[in-house]
Amino acid sequence: MSDITPSQTVGPFFAYGLAPHSRCDWKPSDIYDWKDTVGANLLTPDVSGTKIRIEGRVLDGDGMPINDAMVEVWQADAQGRYAHPSDSRARPNTKFMGFGRSATDKNGVFSFDTIKPGPVSGPNGKAQAPHIVFCIFSRGMLRQIYTRLYFADEAANDGDPILSLVPADRRGTLIAHKEVRGGLPVYRFDVRVQGENETVFFDI
Amino acid sequence: MTLVFPKESLSAFPKHLTPGYRSTVKRSPSKPLIVVPHTLSELTGPVYGHDAVQESDADLTKQHKGEPLGERIIVHGQVLDEDKRPVPDTLVEIWQANACGRYVHNVDQHPAPLDPNFTGAGRTITDKKGYYRFVTVKPGAYPWGNHHNAWRPNHIHFSVFGHSFLSRLVTQMYFPGDPLFPFDPIFNSVADEKARQRMVSTFDLENTIPDWALCFRFDIVLRGREATPQDTDKH
Repeated sequence: MSDITPSQTVGPFFAYGLAPHSRCDWKPSDIYDWKDTVGANLLTPDVSGTKIRIEGRVLDGDGMPINDAMVEVWQADAQGRYAHPSDSRARPNTKFMGFGRSATDKNGVFSFDTIKPGPVSGPNGKAQAPHIVFCIFSRGMLRQIYTRLYFADEAANDGDPILSLVPADRRGTLIAHKEVRGGLPVYRFDVRVQGENETVFFDI
Repeated sequence: MTLVFPKESLSAFPKHLTPGYRSTVKRSPSKPLIVVPHTLSELTGPVYGHDAVQESDADLTKQHKGEPLGERIIVHGQVLDEDKRPVPDTLVEIWQANACGRYVHNVDQHPAPLDPNFTGAGRTITDKKGYYRFVTVKPGAYPWGNHHNAWRPNHIHFSVFGHSFLSRLVTQMYFPGDPLFPFDPIFNSVADEKARQRMVSTFDLENTIPDWALCFRFDIVLRGREATPQDTDKH
């Protein structure tokens, strides 16, 4: 048996430590300041690809907004490369990290500014459709939950080896839909933690 | 070195639905989680350089004009993987209540004073031996609304990354001998006694600094162990 350290909830008060400049309004006064290590803007000056915004809400089992959740995203660059030693391909956009963090606001809303990732290699050499891994923490969650965002306008979704493991009637919960606002593609992606239309979460 | 992240290692984790902690009732998935293989997307994860943090970020007693009130302490330890190999260069973030049990957050309405000299947030990057060290004050216990006369044991929140997005961990570090342990549904959401003890720091006399600060040791073990030839065959 392994002896890893157990998970505990992030609790309701993480924002000032983990996401001080995110969407959550936590400040009792101006004397407390703390800079972000990780923000919701993944864009770097050297990044290439299509700039997009990801926006959505985190909702509880009653469909009520979760106003104290932290959403983290992990993604490849536009060429499908991860900024990690396990992905040894050369990356021209060396500053692009592919990691972002957003606290939700009083309406349960999170958002990220990033680029659309490229297809990523998958099991048995089969490509995965472009996707973003989501990891969600919140008061009332004793451990994080993982899901994935896929893009509605990607034909490659049909052959994706992970989506194909999800029952067909639940796959829609992983698909973000595009709107265009002021020329910027905005992908809407709500995370329903429980209940009807519950988002698919992964046992990984 | 190829790392694998067996799911069996998560057996000591709390269940998503733990009704004794009331907020889990509407915030836990009710449908079965879908089992999928670990792909490059899960086996990679964010990597930080030492330029991501300042050295002063690890001393929570020096972030304001004066020193915070409370019992000054040192909290240190190693971040390890399942084979007990150090995890170097990984981001460790902490946040906590002040010595009175009050968080710097609008939502915290516990009628205990804020301390103008204490925010309660810190961070550091582990060194080559996976070692981290913070200087802070001991957080106070505080009441919460889960049930009648509910109090959280003294704790410091930890957020750690590790080798992949699968090793990502958010947890809480407790202090040895806390009388509130038997009554706290969050601490007891970890059913196994030995696993619970892995969240409790140990008093470290050797690294206590005479005439200055008590020291507590908290080692953190993250998911990830070296693949055996058998594991490698599966990939």
